[in-house]
Amino acid sequence: MTSLPAPRPGAKKLGLVIDLDTCVGCHACAVNCKEWNKGGPPAPLPDYDPQGAKPDGVWFNRIHTYEAGDGAAGRTVHFPRSCLHCEEPACVTVCPTGASYKRAEDGIVLVNTDLCIGCKLCSWACPYGAREFDEDAGVMKKCTLCIDRIYNDTIPEAQRVPACVATCPAHARHFGDLGDPESAVSKLVRSRGGYDLMPEMGYRPVNKYLPPRKTACRAPALAEAAPDGAKENGGVGERLLAWLDRALSS
Amino acid sequence: MTPALSVILFTTASGAGYGLLALLGLLVPFGLLPATVWFGLATLVLALALISGGLLSSTLHLGHPERAWRAVTQWRSSWLAREGLAALLTYLPALAFGATWFLARRPTPPAAALGVLAAAGAIVTLFCTSMIYASLRPVRQWRNAWVTPNFLLLGGYSGALSLAAMTHLFHAGASLPCALSLLLGLAAIIAKLFYWRSIDRTPSVSTAETATGLGHLGRVRALDAPHTEENYLMREMGFRIARKHARRLRGLALIIGFVIPLALAIAALILGALPALAAAVMAALLALTGIFIERWLFFAEATHTVMLYYGRAA
Repeated sequence: MTSLPAPRPGAKKLGLVIDLDTCVGCHACAVNCKEWNKGGPPAPLPDYDPQGAKPDGVWFNRIHTYEAGDGAAGRTVHFPRSCLHCEEPACVTVCPTGASYKRAEDGIVLVNTDLCIGCKLCSWACPYGAREFDEDAGVMKKCTLCIDRIYNDTIPEAQRVPACVATCPAHARHFGDLGDPESAVSKLVRSRGGYDLMPEMGYRPVNKYLPPRKTACRAPALAEAAPDGAKENGGVGERLLAWLDRALSS
Repeated sequence: MTPALSVILFTTASGAGYGLLALLGLLVPFGLLPATVWFGLATLVLALALISGGLLSSTLHLGHPERAWRAVTQWRSSWLAREGLAALLTYLPALAFGATWFLARRPTPPAAALGVLAAAGAIVTLFCTSMIYASLRPVRQWRNAWVTPNFLLLGGYSGALSLAAMTHLFHAGASLPCALSLLLGLAAIIAKLFYWRSIDRTPSVSTAETATGLGHLGRVRALDAPHTEENYLMREMGFRIARKHARRLRGLALIIGFVIPLALAIAALILGALPALAAAVMAALLALTGIFIERWLFFAEATHTVMLYYGRAA
């Protein structure tokens, strides 16, 4: 059924909270996502020409890097982009076959690849580019929120989180129930001012992004770092420093 | 958006087919078209051939064409499913319309009623096709109030020119189809010009700043892409057309699709017999060619918000 489940108060909304302040842009989340999911329910996750001149393939997670702002106020921000498991996912409602669906029990958006006809309309309907077409299988693929990890009784409880979250070395990715206002992720969103991507589209993403923190520590200007205090006529140490300063500046 | 040949062929051909079916179904009951059985059958066959050819072509871009039958099941939420269902249901009154007309050798009242039903189905199908595009929020050139009038008027216009060609072919009085072509053609040009004006003047609501939520820091620029080569998203959603090429193609679509066919339709009104037939057939073929260019541009000029993440405009 591509009609959306009726919203219930207090319903579970599983999703991710991504901290743009601590993300270091290492792509480990994308790599571990690919690694896990090429063996999971959406498998195989194809690669085309992986060793060739134009490698390409289906990935559920893509890490962009942006510059935001100018001059001293400018920031470099690493930005992981994946399915936001929206509350109004038009990718689901446009599906003509019922292959796309949003789970009533936890809000995860999935594709049943046995029903998918590969019309690609869902990828047109997603503003965020969360869906990618599998040329080999002729069907659409997308992030499953690692449904085969988070409910998996056969792995240690600590590992029952999406692969991207499990692997993040900077702890920039958090997984939890965003429908529960008292969950750790909901509290994190409240305390850090977590926000939606493209709210004007009206898709109401479940995943939230935490903005980079305002920072007071800027790199000191060169004049502050190496003041002219290294005087020529000072002691041996100061003259050595002055020589070093000239040598390094030339 | 990357122009998909199969979808462009489908919307052009079946648009003309549904326009032709709608006009046939609406005009015959009022005695405004020749009532001869061969004219009726030939026109209906042409309409259904254009429709069916288009529908078959649209299944070619599917990853799994053999599962296409599933595409009518989700009519509650999906405009694509509604289009599929409306297209299939329209066959029933259309075929019954032809059969009743053929058996009675004339368009009897039951045939006329079936004709009106078939016309309604044709118009509903065209409307659903337009809504597939007009409902997509990430593509501002598609989620535009002029898209539905464009699809309906262009279907009606190309259908009217096909009808004029058929009436000339059967040596019947073709002044009404020619006049309708002129009327619908002028309306279609106006709607298309308003559409082009609208997409040129309406900026995207979404920007790189809203897409990343980093606007509070200042202007957002893409520094590093996630991958070195083009991926599915960029191939499907990242098609670019130079502004000067778009302008030239808009001009071509107007001249080939409207100016020459409308001049030919006027000539067909004035000329007699064979020259009129040649002019009417030429007009229909040129209009379809022009609408094909217009439909290609409808894709090529459309931009998708996902490209904002890749440092491009939407």
